[in-house]
Amino acid sequence: MTAGLFVLLFLGWHVWYNDIVSGIAQDNAGAELAEEWNDVPVTVPEFDRTLGTSAGVAVAPEPPITATPNDAERFATMLVPRFGETFERAIAAGIDPKTVLNIREAGIGHYPQSNDLGAIGNFAVAGHRTTYGAPFGDIAELRVGDRIYIETDAGWYVYRFRNLEYVWPNNTRVLKPVPEMSVKAKDRILTLTSCHPKLSAAERIIAYSVFETFVPRELGAPTEVAAIKAAG
Amino acid sequence: MYAALWRVLPGSRWMKILQVSVLFIAVMSVAVEWVFPWAAATFIQPDTVVEP
Repeated sequence: MTAGLFVLLFLGWHVWYNDIVSGIAQDNAGAELAEEWNDVPVTVPEFDRTLGTSAGVAVAPEPPITATPNDAERFATMLVPRFGETFERAIAAGIDPKTVLNIREAGIGHYPQSNDLGAIGNFAVAGHRTTYGAPFGDIAELRVGDRIYIETDAGWYVYRFRNLEYVWPNNTRVLKPVPEMSVKAKDRILTLTSCHPKLSAAERIIAYSVFETFVPRELGAPTEVAAIKAAG
Repeated sequence: MYAALWRVLPGSRWMKILQVSVLFIAVMSVAVEWVFPWAAATFIQPDTVVEP
């Protein structure tokens, strides 16, 4: 009986207690990490800040490329207004569960085989949908046009959510520079991967967003970002 | 098992309740701090990544 009770306690801990505690800790860790970027003056890499036109169509300024650091090192935070008014989680290099996805200091991991942040191609990240703070718990609640912000010491990369896709767990084609296709990349895509259905490993849910613009730090935080910072 | 524990503990009824409480909190702390995280990492596979 004691053993059975212990197993039940463990499941409750795993699904609820550790999820909630980890979620709060991950929000705080993300905010603290971003705080450092405010305090320490950094040199913003050179990039083209003019909003030019190409054949009559407005094109986004070229963002700086943030090189992905060593495994498990944190290099950016993700802010998603749709995921909650205090949602600010750190992104670390690699998708190792023990050092990136399950820990309270990060929670979101960058696929090493995908492209760097800011580069043409696909910046793909993974995060839990349930348990361990569940960074992508509300991934299915995203609405077309929702903004997703990725913050680094240089500023904010702004993406807009485009569509969801449901795939088998072995479909690594979603990580390609143009997801699911073998063509040359022209756009900057942000790909979020998580499990589907909730609490299952049967399928994967994929959320694609398209790069909109880059806001350098010296211009100040975008309105939605400032709201999350104020609430956190 | 619990009856035996109750007999072994010294002191009055209230002292025993106090000791059982302390013991319970200690066991739960160890479980939450070390046993549960280890069990989750060992027995529950990550399910968020796409892998070949």
